[in-house]
Amino acid sequence: MSDTQTNSSVAFVQTEQIPASPPPASEVGIINWLRSNLFYSIPSSVMTLLAIAFIYWLSSIILPWVFNGVWDASSIRDCRDQLQGATGGCFAVISERWPQLIFGNYPADEYWRAVLALIGLFVALAPVLFFNLPRKMLWFTGLFPFIAYWLIWGGSLWVSIFALVGVVAGFFVFRALSERSFFGAIVAGLFATLLFWIFLTPTLANALSAVIPLTLVSVESRFIGGFMINFILGTSGIALSLPLGIALALGRQSNLPIIKGICVVFIEFIRGVPLITLLFVASVMLAYFLPPGTTFDLVLRVIIMVTLFAAAYIAEAIRGGLAALSRGQYEAADSLGLDYWQSMRLIILPQALKISIPSIVNIAIGLFKDTTLVSIISMFDVLGMIQGPILSSTEWFGVYWELLAFAGLLFFVFCYGISQYSQWLERQLNTGHR
Amino acid sequence: MAMTDQAPTMTVSDEVAIEIQKMNKWYGQFHVLRDIDLTVYRGERIVICGPSGSGKSTLIRCINALEEHQAGSIEVDGTLLSSDLKNIDKIRSEVGMCFQHFNLFPHLTILENCTLAPIWVRKTPKKEAEETAMHFLEKVKIPDQANKYPGQLSGGQQQRVAIARSLCMRPRIMLFDEPTSALDPEMIKEVLDTMIELAEEGMTMLCVTHEMGFARQVANRVIFMDAGQIVEQNEPEEFFSNPKSDRTKLFLSQILGH
Ligand SMILES: Nc1ncnc2c1ncn2[C@@H]1O[C@H](COP(=O)(O)OP(=O)(O)O)[C@@H](O)[C@H]1O
Ligand SMILES: [Mg+2]
Repeated sequence: MSDTQTNSSVAFVQTEQIPASPPPASEVGIINWLRSNLFYSIPSSVMTLLAIAFIYWLSSIILPWVFNGVWDASSIRDCRDQLQGATGGCFAVISERWPQLIFGNYPADEYWRAVLALIGLFVALAPVLFFNLPRKMLWFTGLFPFIAYWLIWGGSLWVSIFALVGVVAGFFVFRALSERSFFGAIVAGLFATLLFWIFLTPTLANALSAVIPLTLVSVESRFIGGFMINFILGTSGIALSLPLGIALALGRQSNLPIIKGICVVFIEFIRGVPLITLLFVASVMLAYFLPPGTTFDLVLRVIIMVTLFAAAYIAEAIRGGLAALSRGQYEAADSLGLDYWQSMRLIILPQALKISIPSIVNIAIGLFKDTTLVSIISMFDVLGMIQGPILSSTEWFGVYWELLAFAGLLFFVFCYGISQYSQWLERQLNTGHR
Repeated sequence: MAMTDQAPTMTVSDEVAIEIQKMNKWYGQFHVLRDIDLTVYRGERIVICGPSGSGKSTLIRCINALEEHQAGSIEVDGTLLSSDLKNIDKIRSEVGMCFQHFNLFPHLTILENCTLAPIWVRKTPKKEAEETAMHFLEKVKIPDQANKYPGQLSGGQQQRVAIARSLCMRPRIMLFDEPTSALDPEMIKEVLDTMIELAEEGMTMLCVTHEMGFARQVANRVIFMDAGQIVEQNEPEEFFSNPKSDRTKLFLSQILGH
């Protein structure tokens, strides 16, 4: 003890702070890291060695296959001749057939339209994904679906223009009524848009394209295939299912028994049915219910089914987020005089959505990958393309691994991108609470 | 707490701010509030105390319709509280409320917390709303925190922001539900000082609190509630020195006697 302790009645008082000690040796250095993480006991050393052996074995198969691959050949036979028995992938099938894998049977002269639509998509998404970009860019985001439709399916630009006019008309109906009842105004607005599309858009578009054509070569849905169709289904499905999912989640919380009931039945029904069943319904059954003579595009039908499917799951994810908010948030919003829709939009949903980001992203990624199920209802998406035209051709009969690896890589790039974005977003939205 | 007797400078008019008559409320089978009669005059500061579960929170939450009452009437500034949404919105925009757990919006900055309701409910232009918000943040002495998020502030600071947020709506009546009971002792004073200042400016206040020093200094009237009833009400001096009912005596001995 210290010699300052002269007065025995005073308890011990420490007069200086204990200086920081250097970290123990196990916290620094590579050798120590290895020892404390990989070889800290006999079983751990055995596991480490086994794992290394496994990794070595796996790479000794995969690496030669990748790096010794043949990229230039006219057929599988040609590949085998070039390899002369050595291991190596026949990637020539990809360099030969990539347009089919990406665009399906889309006319080659029109590929630029699809590429332009893809670039446009990224421009349109940018202000949604990164909110410090200028808000004016959202105007383009709003126009993009109509532009993209015209670019991909072609035909008259007037169809897109009057579809857009229909939306604007719906918006004005909404605006006119929103003072009275926000919910009623939404329903009326959607209804107005739908009526406009059904009754006015075709006639007006026909009339005006007779005067000023503005047409691109029209491409039928059955020619759209490859990864392009996965991408179209995935992005439209995600973009449409998010608002629908939010509406369902709020509806499920509603005090109005009818709205609540409809939402609960819808969500539980969709969650209880496999997606592939819904897709079969879209491909065959829906035609029975439609008035004869109406053509209702298969791609559109599939988009609707995929959207409904994902929306039910998103609704449940958001419900989890809503449940995590304290009642105090609702009460504070109420006590400040915010009405239901204001408090939902400004207070409740931003927080609930933030909490549900990981689950929503999970659903979005799942939805994107599930779009490959359309190959079962004989749409030629990337897997449909591989299984159908490519593998059954005489040149590339039996080149499974290379093609599937390529398809896998395409999906991986986008899904990994989505996942990285969501993690970035979560960090951005972290305001230091919780 | 250094106290100066401010009471004489604070005036109470004979204009009625809140009129509650024969109000009853049930939670299912449970009779929480029984025959509440209460008249609050403009400029009056009322402190409500009573044991936990006696219905204090429920009473003041009925005043801005966070809870629905089933019988009797509540009139705020001459507007009758009914299930008519128009009336509820009108009353809520005139009555500010502070909660025990602050209930700031964690995803918005302090400034945004304060400007949100003026912008969306009162349709105040953003710039003007921000000026008002800064004015009240200065009043509660935290203008320098305006761009932080609630999670970065201490409890006392958060509660003062919550008060400023309510004041930005320019309410004519303020309700407080145990504003200091979730705070660490050293932060209680800063919040009480803010409330005292508010009282000095003549705000009509209804305050559920067990801070008896605050009650003595600021209140015109102390109300004691037990089992859903108003048991006793009196001027603070009289209430503390000469409680009438046994239940009040017991309560005061418990709360002051530790
Ligand atoms: N939402 C509710 N549902 C059912 N009972 C409730 C509810 N809120 C409060 N109570 C009950 O009502 C009584 C009064 O509650 P409260 O007003 O919060 O009391 P105080 O604020 O005086 O402590 C308590 O017994 C409480 O358990
Ligand atoms: Mg309480």
